[in-house]
Amino acid sequence: MEKILSKPKSLKDTTFSYCPGCGHGIIHRLVAECIDELDVREKTIAVAPVGCAVFAYDYFNFDVTEAPHGRPPAVATGIKRTNPDKFVFTYQGDGDIAAIGMAETIHAANRGENITIIFVNNANYGMTGGQMAPTTLLGQVTETTPFGRDTKREGYPIKLCELLSTLEGTTYLERVAVYNPQNVINAKKAIKKAFQCQIDSKGFSLVEVISNCPVDWGMTPLDSIKWVEETFIKSFPIGVIKDKLI
Amino acid sequence: MKKLVKGNIALCEGAIAAGLQCYFGYPITPQNEVPSYFSRKMIELGKVFIQAESEIAAANMVLGAAVTGKRAMTSSSSPGISLKQEAISYMAGMEVPALIVNVQRGGPGLGNIAGSQSDYFQAVKGGGHGDYKIIVTSPNCVQEMYEMAYDAFDLAESYRTPVMILADGIVGQMMEPVDFNKSDKKDFVEQDWILNGAKNRESRSVKSLLMKDGALEQHNIQLQEKYKKITENEVRYESYLTEDANIIMVAYGISSRIAKSAVKLARKNGIKAGLLRPKTLWPFPSDAINSIAKPGVKFLVVELNHGQMLEDVKLAVNGKTNIKFLGKAGGGLVTEQGILKKLQNEM
Repeated sequence: MEKILSKPKSLKDTTFSYCPGCGHGIIHRLVAECIDELDVREKTIAVAPVGCAVFAYDYFNFDVTEAPHGRPPAVATGIKRTNPDKFVFTYQGDGDIAAIGMAETIHAANRGENITIIFVNNANYGMTGGQMAPTTLLGQVTETTPFGRDTKREGYPIKLCELLSTLEGTTYLERVAVYNPQNVINAKKAIKKAFQCQIDSKGFSLVEVISNCPVDWGMTPLDSIKWVEETFIKSFPIGVIKDKLI
Repeated sequence: MKKLVKGNIALCEGAIAAGLQCYFGYPITPQNEVPSYFSRKMIELGKVFIQAESEIAAANMVLGAAVTGKRAMTSSSSPGISLKQEAISYMAGMEVPALIVNVQRGGPGLGNIAGSQSDYFQAVKGGGHGDYKIIVTSPNCVQEMYEMAYDAFDLAESYRTPVMILADGIVGQMMEPVDFNKSDKKDFVEQDWILNGAKNRESRSVKSLLMKDGALEQHNIQLQEKYKKITENEVRYESYLTEDANIIMVAYGISSRIAKSAVKLARKNGIKAGLLRPKTLWPFPSDAINSIAKPGVKFLVVELNHGQMLEDVKLAVNGKTNIKFLGKAGGGLVTEQGILKKLQNEM
């Protein structure tokens, strides 16, 4: 029998510890497939965040360093500037990138660092049990917004791609989702394009991936898919936000 | 031939001679000469300089460069060093070699910009969260700013640990003739932990998160074994006229310069004073102090704070004799005359 599909070389032969219905497993696979296809696995140095993807180094089969919460863009800057021949990307969640790490994110983007960020937006802090994130939707109930996110108390969801698009240092910014096969295919195209942007030394690229978090959203995986389609991506429209590669 | 330079510049030259590959900084007085000097020099040398968006980012850029085996450094002054503690704790846990320089100013809070020694506890007792130590050296002259920067990377790399140079605003700002006598070091030798791409080898990770049962306990035990080895091998100090002394001062950094002058002045005034100067604040020369502590020989600890190293001297002396203290915080200096008066009162 012919083997027609196998695990990407960039993924270790192990089981993900992510929750049922979570998007991280899909996103890890897409990242790994792109790295294999672009043939950069042996020169990859990735930066894992603090958050659900903190164990990324247990799953990815290339070099990965830890970084303090929110600091991956600074750590990646240190790696890439001293190793311009290496392929450097960070994998971060919404709290990591847009709350505690906002300064590091904006300044790495503004310097036009030739790195790639894979930003997983699931509208809450998953690892710590579902607290409000900077991207939590208005009215969304979380562990720390029991009455729903209220603009008077908690302000507004941050649209990071749109915010970064105002900076001249950014090259390619796209928001994608992984709740159905068509979107998974598009997400892979975006990740590959962002990686190629770095390989071609074109500067800062970021892909925001809207991801499901059924356990912390208090939904079944199927309901979470419906919520992403009907609610989440209405607040965070998917598509190319900025593309200087054209 | 000697050259007249500021302490902060000598520090930069020492790091460059040691093969510094990248510097990440942020402005704060009294260390501003360091990022300014590197901003030109590192670019001219084809090396990396970045003025980061914060001390936090600068320290994390160091972490990133250092996990790939590059010689990396950051510098700051007291309030900025507080911000770097997060990355320092991570680097201690991840066992990443790097150099952090604190050109101390007065505290707490924003304090003032005058030289001070009020960050001793922060430097030698860990500083950030977790049960760890970093090597801390203390220069008392411009020549030592150069030499300690040069030596820091050997220490950092042999033990896979962050090293801190705990300088102060006075040593950083003052000018003295320096003999730039060190030859350039070889590049960091590739080791089996650095991240440089998983080519013809298994993939690696460098981390401090150890969630498996007992893994973090084992890691801590291994760190403590390393600290024991450092304590056994890397204690550095200077003794000055301690053999016949009946009062021995213990002072480091700029205070030790004043204390040394006071020893000479005291001896002219018939007081047999001596000085023990720790050059490494961690590991601390506890055994050296303990071995000269005996009934009838008093100790006087002199610091630009209200008694921090004093506690380590007390632990070292372990009740064998009396210990007195003379300190000044908030940017002021102790004087030779002030020390003499204290010595006269105590004898």
